[in-house]
Amino acid sequence: MSIVQKVMQGVAQVMPDRRADELKDEHRYLGQPVDRLDARAKVTGTALFSAEYPIEGLVHAALAFSTISKGSITSVDTTAAEGAPGVLHVITHLNAPKMKVAPPFSAQGDPTSGTTAVAILNTDHVTWNGQPIAVIVADTQERAEHAVSLLRFSYKNEPAVNSFEESIPSAKKPKDVLGESPEVTTGDPDAAMKASEHKVDLHFTTPPYNHNAIEPHATIAVWDGDDKVTMYDTSQFTVGTANSIAIVFGLKAQNARLIAPFVGGGFGGKGALWAYNQLCVMATRIAKKPVRLAMSREGVFRTVGGRTPSQQRVAIAANSTGRFSAFIHEGVTAQSTDNNFPEQFTFPPRHLYSMASYRISQTVSEVNRVANTFMRAPGESIGTFAIESAIDALSYELKMDPIELRLRNEPEKDPVSGHDFSSRHLREAYRMGADKFGWSKRPAEIRTQRDGNWLIGQGMAVGTYPVYRMITAARVRINADGTALIQTAAQEMGMGTATVQSQHAAERLALPMEKVHFEYGDSSLPAAGVAGGSSQTVSIALAIQEAFDKLLKDLLSLAKKSKDSVLTDASFNDIRAAKEGIFFKDRPTIGETYATILKRAGKEFLAAEKKTGAPLEILKYSMHSYAAQFCEARVNEQTGELRISRFLGAFDTGRILNPKMAVSQFRGGIIMGIGMGLAEETMFDDRSGRIMNATLAEYHLPVQADVPNIEVVYTDIPDPITPLGAHGIGEIGITGVAAAIANAIYHATGKRITTLPITLDKLM
Amino acid sequence: MINFSYQRPTEADSALKIFADNSTGDKPARFLAGGTNLVDLMRENIEQPQSVIDITRLPLSEVEERAEGGIRIGAMVRNSHLAAHPLVREKYSLLSQAILMGASAQLRNMATTGGNLMQRTRCYYFYDTAAKCNKRLPGSGCDAIDGFNRIHAILGTSEQCIATHPSDMCVALAALDATVNVTGTSGNRSIAFKDFHRLPGDTPELDTNLQPGELITSVDLPSSSAGLPSIYRKVRDRASYAFAIVSVAAAVKLQNDTISDIRLSLGGVAHKPWRASIAEQILRGAKPFHENFVKAATAELEPAIPRRDNAFKIELAKRTIVSVLSELTSKQGGGQ
Repeated sequence: MSIVQKVMQGVAQVMPDRRADELKDEHRYLGQPVDRLDARAKVTGTALFSAEYPIEGLVHAALAFSTISKGSITSVDTTAAEGAPGVLHVITHLNAPKMKVAPPFSAQGDPTSGTTAVAILNTDHVTWNGQPIAVIVADTQERAEHAVSLLRFSYKNEPAVNSFEESIPSAKKPKDVLGESPEVTTGDPDAAMKASEHKVDLHFTTPPYNHNAIEPHATIAVWDGDDKVTMYDTSQFTVGTANSIAIVFGLKAQNARLIAPFVGGGFGGKGALWAYNQLCVMATRIAKKPVRLAMSREGVFRTVGGRTPSQQRVAIAANSTGRFSAFIHEGVTAQSTDNNFPEQFTFPPRHLYSMASYRISQTVSEVNRVANTFMRAPGESIGTFAIESAIDALSYELKMDPIELRLRNEPEKDPVSGHDFSSRHLREAYRMGADKFGWSKRPAEIRTQRDGNWLIGQGMAVGTYPVYRMITAARVRINADGTALIQTAAQEMGMGTATVQSQHAAERLALPMEKVHFEYGDSSLPAAGVAGGSSQTVSIALAIQEAFDKLLKDLLSLAKKSKDSVLTDASFNDIRAAKEGIFFKDRPTIGETYATILKRAGKEFLAAEKKTGAPLEILKYSMHSYAAQFCEARVNEQTGELRISRFLGAFDTGRILNPKMAVSQFRGGIIMGIGMGLAEETMFDDRSGRIMNATLAEYHLPVQADVPNIEVVYTDIPDPITPLGAHGIGEIGITGVAAAIANAIYHATGKRITTLPITLDKLM
Repeated sequence: MINFSYQRPTEADSALKIFADNSTGDKPARFLAGGTNLVDLMRENIEQPQSVIDITRLPLSEVEERAEGGIRIGAMVRNSHLAAHPLVREKYSLLSQAILMGASAQLRNMATTGGNLMQRTRCYYFYDTAAKCNKRLPGSGCDAIDGFNRIHAILGTSEQCIATHPSDMCVALAALDATVNVTGTSGNRSIAFKDFHRLPGDTPELDTNLQPGELITSVDLPSSSAGLPSIYRKVRDRASYAFAIVSVAAAVKLQNDTISDIRLSLGGVAHKPWRASIAEQILRGAKPFHENFVKAATAELEPAIPRRDNAFKIELAKRTIVSVLSELTSKQGGGQ
């Protein structure tokens, strides 16, 4: 921990809590199943995604990818490509303009979003198979892609580390893991393991996974003169990516603008500057025309990183009452030779259970692969697979119900930090989930349920995800006609941001929803944090709250300037927003509308902008979301085929702001968890480091027939420490799902599967 | 994708002439039917024909009963149409079942009977021009043999190629003793289904025994295959929209509690739809007993060669054969 972190930590402990949000129990709009505001635009095709902006004079770019994983380019033959019809520019490392390497991802200060230290197209050196080594600009997309197929490269190979397994012996302990220590230890867990009669010691393997959002990555870039660029880029971090582009091309920060109102799914794969958006801007500069670079699905596989593979060990010992006497979770993940992202898979056990002794520790190795990145619940997804499978195994050792075992280890305080929980109702989630799923009817013994060749079992697992909040700014403007405009740079990635913030603003400003307009998706608006860490909703909510607090003060001052106002005697603590204006808290009929105040003062509008402070509350409290995931699985005893016949998620994620969209997002997370558990796997060939299934035909996602009806229940208990009492819910849904499936399979068959994905050959 | 000429004749003869006029020895034209595979291959630069001849307007879209018995299926009959055709559903339900297990509804609406026979393998290394593949580039080597080969062949492989034929429909056609009728500049001929597709041997670039310029006009099913109790069982990695890891097409007739007729073929295990003749021979005239099924399946898989990732397919194929035969015969009151 750095000095700064230590000081922050100390300050945070004595810092008073922010007053609980008075809206946390309001239900006029918040908590209502309001329809998506952009639903019609999306289903009728009028919502524009990045590749679709109708820009005059657009030309098209395509990328060539290296076919070796390490070495140098010794020669390039561009003759045929340059002579191909429609080709305007062939850009390789031999003629590409010099670009700065973007600083690595950072959500602090002036945010940046670099993903690799490789000087893409400014070097003859190759460090992963798939590294972009040329850009071709042509009059059509097809002609650009065809010309790419005519390029010829020669390489000098160097010894590469293509295999994760082979990289593991040289794995190292990282300096830190997202600012936390890579290892936390208390007591002597090894001795406690030895001494215990009830224990499990299991090894788990998870494969690499790739991003496959429905909208492949795409950018249109337009230069305005020599020092100003606008990008239409599918980004879940408009400000970070725009800042990075400014650095790479030596522009003033405000001269790189990124527009991205709609993003066709991000899941962590669009939070950064990848090769494609940087190279599109570069190509635009050379072409002196607007350029579109819309990636193929293969291009996304080769140049946008995914989830790291992992090998994990979980060893747990318990006394005869089931209390954990030792808990060991350790293992290794991979990162590329040119980035720094040890994925935080050991975070879940730091906060979930009471442990008399523990060692929680992780290392990271380096491979010649595309830089790994965030992918829905990085860390928690793969970490919960391991620990929740192991706890399930222990429950059979103890002959104890898996929920009962977890209840006996439910902590009163955070087991590692010792902090109070801001809001933890996991017991309630167990109860709600078990009731609805019919857990009490489940036989305790394995292999007791059968339907012909199909063995049936039920399992459960805990999911968890931290509550994060990003520094975010918002502007609130109230117009003389009584309408309001809310602005922030954040984008709508499909989760319903615009809808829920409109609900929130209407509630906060005491306006009808139709009088609130939410403007977003433009880096030139007040800076929003990354839509990552399930933080966007609460981050924007706090920014709106703080901006509106300021605006309300300004409005009150404005009102009090007039002798005609009924508010002349009011102090800020006496009033609140109500009925489209300002009213006394204790005399709810006395007050004035915003329109009255503004018109009387001859103002067209009044606006206020605020940027929130750092999330110090997460240093004072243990702040997390929880889930109890329940699965019923059927396994064909002959063929090993697996079907999920029922799934239920019970969530404890603070207050639910829009049940309709929340349930949809929980379900989406669970479906992605089914994919992680049963189907998805990126196949890196260890000989070449090349991805062999860079296509949706061979990289299997679950299809409709693989997904059963998914039930969702939630506690809906507001967190007193968070804005609106809410938690972000984008990631919690995937956590625990793979373990719940593996645990159901064990219950059905008696087979403990510890390697993902669980394909039929593992169950034969 | 490269630029190519595109023509759309309405008669088979003119299709053959266009082919002849637009082909050179090493650069033959390609017939385009539903396009569900060829267009993908062209986009991936695996196939680069300079001339594409769209044959979907040829008058080959009928399913007819033949005077001598059996049915004739026009080469341009769409998969969805064929699967739903009353004659097929009634007399050759094995074919219907197999088609409906393949691809997706949208693809089946486009894909044709002739095109289905001409599908190319889904081997990862065949599809990647950066990889070595004897099928794509003869003599370049085979990256699949020591690479990702979980989905690859276990029977009839060579050291040059371990690719599989991906079709479901063809596995049923193999079991049903179909005949493929083709036309070419040197006339018409009929090819027994078992002789239509090839094993890789030393020429894995050849998937079939069609001569350059020959065009499939129809597929015949004999009356001897009609009305047999049958099951198509497809084992795959997800519940829909995936190629077979192993599939079994079986048609069995019992007489006096003895197997009087059996047709058995396997998909996902070889370079061609695999007619399980060894197993058939053991079971023909045998009692429909579990141990006989095991014996037959074991004998059929005895020559199988496992590779790095696909050894499980041998056991899976055996179990699936036994499971399908047990179900099929117990339905007819046989077995023990």
